Amino acid sequence: MKITVAGVSKEVKDGLTVAQLVIDENVEMPQYVTVTVNDDFVESGTFEQAVLHEGDSVEFLYFMGGGAE
Amino acid sequence: MALSNEQIERYSRHIILKEVGAKGQKKLLGAKVLIIGAGGLGAPAAMYLAAAGVGTIGIADADEVDLSNLQRQIIHQTKDVGKPKVQSAKETMEAMNPDVNVITYHEFINSGNILDIIKDYDFIIDGTDNFPAKFLINDACVMAKKPFSHAGIIRFQGQLMTYVPGQGPCYRCVFKEPPPKDAVPTCKQAGVIGAMGGVIGSLQAMEAVKYILGVGELLTGYLLTYDALKMQFRKVKLPSDTHSCAVCGDHPSITKLIDYEQAECDGVGL
Repeated sequence: MKITVAGVSKEVKDGLTVAQLVIDENVEMPQYVTVTVNDDFVESGTFEQAVLHEGDSVEFLYFMGGGAE
Repeated sequence: MALSNEQIERYSRHIILKEVGAKGQKKLLGAKVLIIGAGGLGAPAAMYLAAAGVGTIGIADADEVDLSNLQRQIIHQTKDVGKPKVQSAKETMEAMNPDVNVITYHEFINSGNILDIIKDYDFIIDGTDNFPAKFLINDACVMAKKPFSHAGIIRFQGQLMTYVPGQGPCYRCVFKEPPPKDAVPTCKQAGVIGAMGGVIGSLQAMEAVKYILGVGELLTGYLLTYDALKMQFRKVKLPSDTHSCAVCGDHPSITKLIDYEQAECDGVGL
């Protein structure tokens, strides 16, 4: 099936979970990433149960500090 | 109050814009913007706002200028090393534009002082480098119903979002609580390209100017991400459902400001 990850269209296997996608995409520090699917938050702790579907659009939102110091 | 001949000349490139005009320039001169953190983000934001003639600029930072700051914190000069950052920032802004009244806060922001500091300002710029401060600014702005610009920078990446009360998600809607100490690297640990502060801090100044003028579309409901290596900006839509947020939601569980523990390696710097 086709999904969109961070704006890029990708072919992935049917039934892929958010948890597996996080691994496949080499997400840095996955325990602190915020994930949205089709503009809805995926609750942290539910990535294993969150099954993706054809046409889904996934975004990873990362903590970013920086600024002063 | 009419603009003086000198002001008409100084701000002529603003005044000629149909979105600004003399009326908009007077709005800028009457506006009050608070910048928290006189560092990589706060430096360019403060300089562009001072040059633009924002009449009152507050700047908060407890730190002194360090030699390692000068690679990106362009409001400070080599001669300023050792000086309080707010003092150095004030001198630069006042030298740029005598129209600007700079108010300095040489202190850490915390749950005890932030509401009192932000209450007189129209717009707040978060130029801090640590998550406890970012969550504190978010929560305080939500509680005090103040608009603010969040930003973060690290390595070759930056992010930005704007919160306006009642117009979409706050920072805590997206990032529920600060990561544990040292879990997410700081600029000190991971490095940052100096110009990144220029790009993202200037965008924060742009959001403040648009908010004051009441023109265009603010970055509410979106997180703008910038990847300098790929030279790619992305405007990522954020979920619009804020009902369950712990601070800006319908039934907030956070009703008092929280002083989270700060990463030790951050030292004292805002």
